[in-house]
Amino acid sequence: MSAANPARVLSVEGVAKRFGEVPAVRELGLEARDGEIHAVVGRSGCGKSTLLRLIAGLEVPDAGTVRIGDRLVAGGGAWVPPERRGVGMVFQDFGLFPHFTVLENVMYGLADRARPERESRAAEVLRLVSLDGLGGRYPHQLSGGQQQRVALARALAPEPALLLLDEPFSNLDTALKRELRRELGEVLRRAGITTILVVHDAEDVLDLADRVTVMRDGAVLQAGRPGELYESPRDAYVARIFGDANIVECRVVSGGVTTPLGTVECAVGGAPGETVRACIRPEDVQVSRDGPGRPATVRVVAGAGRSVLLELDDGHGTVTARAPEGADLSAGDRVFARVPAACVRLFPGG
Amino acid sequence: MAVGLSAARLTRLRAVPWRWVGLALALVAVLAVPIVVIGAGVLRPAGPSWDHVAGTLLPAYVGNTVILVLGVGVLALVLGVGAAWLVTMTRFPGHRFFSWALVLPLAVPAYMAAYTWAGMLDVTGPVQRLVRTVVPGMSDAFLQWNVMRIEAVVVIFAVVLYPYVFLLSRTLLERRSGSVLESARLLGRSGWSVFFRVGVPLVRPAMAGGVALVLMEVLNDYGAVKYYGVPTFTTGIFRAWFTLGDVDTAIRLSGILMLIVLVLLVLERWQRGDARYSDAGASRFTARYPLRGWRAAGAVAFCATPLVLGFALPVAQLLAWSGRSAGTVVDAGFLVLSLNSFGLAAAAGGLAVAVAVVLAYAARIERGRLTAAATKLALLGYSVPGAVIAVGVLVAVLALDRTVLPGAATLLTATVLALLFAYLVRFMAVAFLSVESGFERVGESVRMASRTAGASPLRTLARVELPLLKGALGAAGILVFVDVLKELPLTLILRPFNFDTLATRAFQLATDEQLAASAPSALMVILTATAVLVVLHRVLANGETG
Repeated sequence: MSAANPARVLSVEGVAKRFGEVPAVRELGLEARDGEIHAVVGRSGCGKSTLLRLIAGLEVPDAGTVRIGDRLVAGGGAWVPPERRGVGMVFQDFGLFPHFTVLENVMYGLADRARPERESRAAEVLRLVSLDGLGGRYPHQLSGGQQQRVALARALAPEPALLLLDEPFSNLDTALKRELRRELGEVLRRAGITTILVVHDAEDVLDLADRVTVMRDGAVLQAGRPGELYESPRDAYVARIFGDANIVECRVVSGGVTTPLGTVECAVGGAPGETVRACIRPEDVQVSRDGPGRPATVRVVAGAGRSVLLELDDGHGTVTARAPEGADLSAGDRVFARVPAACVRLFPGG
Repeated sequence: MAVGLSAARLTRLRAVPWRWVGLALALVAVLAVPIVVIGAGVLRPAGPSWDHVAGTLLPAYVGNTVILVLGVGVLALVLGVGAAWLVTMTRFPGHRFFSWALVLPLAVPAYMAAYTWAGMLDVTGPVQRLVRTVVPGMSDAFLQWNVMRIEAVVVIFAVVLYPYVFLLSRTLLERRSGSVLESARLLGRSGWSVFFRVGVPLVRPAMAGGVALVLMEVLNDYGAVKYYGVPTFTTGIFRAWFTLGDVDTAIRLSGILMLIVLVLLVLERWQRGDARYSDAGASRFTARYPLRGWRAAGAVAFCATPLVLGFALPVAQLLAWSGRSAGTVVDAGFLVLSLNSFGLAAAAGGLAVAVAVVLAYAARIERGRLTAAATKLALLGYSVPGAVIAVGVLVAVLALDRTVLPGAATLLTATVLALLFAYLVRFMAVAFLSVESGFERVGESVRMASRTAGASPLRTLARVELPLLKGALGAAGILVFVDVLKELPLTLILRPFNFDTLATRAFQLATDEQLAASAPSALMVILTATAVLVVLHRVLANGETG
């Protein structure tokens, strides 16, 4: 995190932006290092898109600074307009120029180069996104996935220092999404470009991102490697963003906590008798027909038999769990549920 | 912290695209001059003839204006809303035809309809001739009934101006009719009850907006009231300026007229509240009330009446007169008139579009409130009567001549420059709203994409936005073109000596009782406007279904 780190491509410090009375981003910091794929995750309206626009120069910050490489581009009295920031951006609706062909779209950002060089560079990036041969088409003649790759090629063509992707998976159907996630990862790694991408579903970036920053209400909630955030979410919001989660209340006892699924041993800050909250992933709940564990009744079977809602006996509430392979559970069945100590993720804030 | 704050402010200031904002603000400032001149001029000491005007003429101006505003307002509302309801909610023979044809009277300038009707109802006109032939014993009292009265002006204004109310109401009803109105019917309401309890409240914003447009045209009119001898503010301004030579009185009358317009605007805004003209809930599958028998006949009569009175009969009469006079009137002089008119209209259209693009684009890339607020000032001209703008332009030009630029008055008043400038002031809103909606449709992501791809605002405009705006720019230019072609009072005041347009020549010949000779010019204006109206309507209709 040292300010002199030479590999730092982007650093956002203390940035704030409000629209009228509504703060969109407040006191926000973010860094990205060379070649890193950095995902910013949060529900819609958390300010993540505003952050992207602040980096691109499409919004002016009310406070704080944005640096790209060593250059101060916004804040501290400085301002570099978007066209001189050396940042490529792919918009949620792609923003392709409908009156230009694919090739013309891609060459648009290469205005300062000689014609033959522009053409060869455009052909190169079109090859990179596997669209070679489609240069003569118009955007409306392409599928949604192809349009997105054109937008990506256009953003990559001028060899920007930084690439920004706004909700790259939101305008695509589910079948396409999975394929595109893989493709996008490949293209970005091949291009070796530092990327900030903004998504609302962390599942989309678990395999793709090197680092993840979770945002809520315009501020950073937690940042780290995807695995870290999945394993130790700071609170219920982060836990839910990284997949299904049972958020449960636990009572502190000496040497551990009592969860609705039984008492587990763990290190815990609070004094005995206090209440803390924790996340238990459905896949970590061990369900069996004959114990051990807390007795429960199956209430709902969902997801083609793969997911169950259990009502725990003695008023311990409900939890969702992954049904064990081949258990063939149905509503009303009596089962036992338990959770390994390592899988109870206590929230530091309680 | 204080340093940090000022640094942030410095960043914000640097981020403003000053070239564009500066250009836009300068344009707005220039466009606002005539209006500001009139506003400020009201505070100047009264002119020498003010006491005379205020004592003997002003009561008549006010009285006539009140009658016109109330009469035309009510009549246009009934015609516009009634017809809109019939063509959107009911089925009767010809409802499809009326749905677009009822817009046609917009192509007929009120003053042309006015003197054409006067000619038709004249003692020697076709109507009285017909009556005399059919009923030879008809009393002289009826035959000498004088059409030149304010009631006739009210009716004529209403039958040519109701389309403003009709268009806005029809749009609202088409967009919202589906679920709201059908649920009212399913709940057991009769047709009339649905109309008054649900339909009328639904089109209320269109009623307010449409009537405001109608009344602005009424207040703007000079030709019709002048021809019918009904003294109002516009005729008063002409009289003070040309007959009495009293600039200050002309300014004061202009100021009062502008104040009346302002009150209208405020009332409209207040009445409309938060309601919007557009709504996403469009429905194509509205069940219509089938009308049969006398109800169907009534609907046809209701829709046909304003169409016949405001369009068909005046055009037919003008055609008949033209047939009589074309041989002598349509000559080289007529060609010059046409070239003057079309040239002026095209130049004004082009200029207005160019200025509108700068204003709309600056507001978009600045994204602050400065340019947007300033732009509102530039749009105000559309509600200000042409005569008022003309006086404002003349006063400004004379002031310029006296102070910084001796010779400016000669240059500007001897050429069409002052006239073009006044058209810009008057019709900027027409061009701007069309261009603005074009920008709206193009959306902002292509602009942002262009900027992040390294293009400056200017290159973005030239390479991306303008090519995508072609349709909107064309529509904007054409709308201004037609408005300029029809314009009368402003042109009468500001045209260079011995310079005539189709509109001014038609009006002058009509005033000299040479109605037949005036007809070809009038017809040229009306037919051009009709063609544009039909084409634009076709294009818009296709755009909505396609």
